Amino acid sequence: MSSLNQLTVTEATEKLAKRECSSEDIVRAVLAAIEKNDKQVGAYLTVDAESALAQAKEADVARARGETKPLLGIPVGMKDLLNVKGQPCTCASKILKGYVAPYDATVVAKLRVAGAVILGRLNMDEFAMGGSTENSAYQPTKNPWDLSRVPGGSSGGSAAAVAADEALATLGSDTGGSIRQPAGFCGCVGLKPTYGRVSRYGLTAFASSLDQIGPLTKTVKDSALLLSAISGRDAMDSTSLDAPVPDYAAQLGGDLKGLRLGLPKEYFIEGLDAEVEQKVRAAVAKCRELGAEIVDISLPHSKFAVAVYYIIATAEASANLARFDGVRYGLRVDGEDPIDQYGKTRAAGFGQEVKRRIILGTYVLSSGYHDAYYLRGQKVRTLIRRDFEAAFQHCDAILTPVAPSAAYKLGEQINDPLKMYLGDIFTIPVNLAGNCAINVPCGFTQEKLPVGLHIIGPALREDVILKVGHAYEQVTDWHKQKAAVSGQLSAIS
Amino acid sequence: MSSPDKIDVRYVAHLARMHLADGEVARLQPQLEQIVGYVQQLGELNVEGIEPTAHAIPVQNVFRADEVRPCLDHDAAMQNAPLAREGQFIVPKIIE
Repeated sequence: MSSLNQLTVTEATEKLAKRECSSEDIVRAVLAAIEKNDKQVGAYLTVDAESALAQAKEADVARARGETKPLLGIPVGMKDLLNVKGQPCTCASKILKGYVAPYDATVVAKLRVAGAVILGRLNMDEFAMGGSTENSAYQPTKNPWDLSRVPGGSSGGSAAAVAADEALATLGSDTGGSIRQPAGFCGCVGLKPTYGRVSRYGLTAFASSLDQIGPLTKTVKDSALLLSAISGRDAMDSTSLDAPVPDYAAQLGGDLKGLRLGLPKEYFIEGLDAEVEQKVRAAVAKCRELGAEIVDISLPHSKFAVAVYYIIATAEASANLARFDGVRYGLRVDGEDPIDQYGKTRAAGFGQEVKRRIILGTYVLSSGYHDAYYLRGQKVRTLIRRDFEAAFQHCDAILTPVAPSAAYKLGEQINDPLKMYLGDIFTIPVNLAGNCAINVPCGFTQEKLPVGLHIIGPALREDVILKVGHAYEQVTDWHKQKAAVSGQLSAIS
Repeated sequence: MSSPDKIDVRYVAHLARMHLADGEVARLQPQLEQIVGYVQQLGELNVEGIEPTAHAIPVQNVFRADEVRPCLDHDAAMQNAPLAREGQFIVPKIIE
């Protein structure tokens, strides 16, 4: 029998309902797994065990009183850019060292309403800038499948914690692939909702026209459960969409008959690792066996997406990160006057990748360059959006690899920013177009590294991508295989 | 788009209110020029008459009733201040 920390959210919910265990038992098992393994994995920046156990005991009392809530007593880990009242929120940056959040993000408040236990702060690339979690100012996170490799990023801690069974589920954020790519590298399910599906109030902003919060989980059904809990219109985020929130989990099931799935030729290109391509094509064949019709489609402007992204995302970041100036919160380095103080504070507080992007973003917005870069980037963004609109006339969802390769070694790409940026080539277009997408495990390389299937859906059709992912998951067992680190733990406990 | 101009990294860093050490300028210069060189490919496209996209899913006229509602209290908003006095943030002197 598996230990409680290895349960999925769905399994844990059933056990709790049958009184086979308490929320406190589950939280203690998760804390023990963190204690045992996280020195190696480095998924968590901080864990407030006392607060987690207190919440778990409250959940157990509520259950004893007869309360039922969708996530009652389920611990959920938080990427370190989501504000949880009374907890640190550093965005893995030195500039926010010591910052304590004065309020709950809307997703946190919604999870509390659903009964969840809020647990721990998960490592990330500083301010979500990066694809390997090596840009954390505090520690690298290791891939639980191979500790010499990166977990992906920027939500690397969120993905590694799920893969190492140091969490049942976590939240991350995705600006250009930061949920889906680490989910792919770590072999878990990661969903980026439609732009506006989930409120960003209390998420530290990186690029406001692209950012979305989403769940990282062990199964597609768990992803659906968490998505229903965190979605919906919020008066505190004017970009959140006023659309009904379905019970996504209840809609799962059935085969794929009647669904058309598109294969974009621009995504199966030179530079795509042969093993990754083979696993993804095998997954496509499996979807065909399940009844889906596979259609060839074209997204002709795909190759421009990375260039557009690194203009728009850095421009927005340069504005969003102007707030870190040492006046109201965070690090302050004294200067002769306010301007000198800002300059010294930001020099000392930001890491190299953040500085690189702030300068790039400032440059593309600066006088004389705005039209050539930023405005042109926004226009090409329109072309990319139209590509998807046209493609979704011919298919219900799109299948692609989530990344061009499986997880690479720590240190391998850190000194080549452009190469690192190109690793997001399959995920970035989705953020630019505002669509939803999910990563589902679809196999392993010969070195036993996870490979991810990326399923893209039209705006607000999370139900479709969840259905495809769930149907595929039911006929495969990739998601049931355990990472090396977690295996060691289960053997001992 | 023509070939990119040489980026005056120190000037742009000043616009971003961020001091850089000499070594950082030397390291960033070629990296930024490589990335800016890469984005020049957008110049291949004809974007005449194409509307720019600011938000992928436009939402218009998000209004709410103009009513007083509770918000973060003053002490909570000040709790992370590096330097504060009498409920106010302290900054270096600007005017003599």
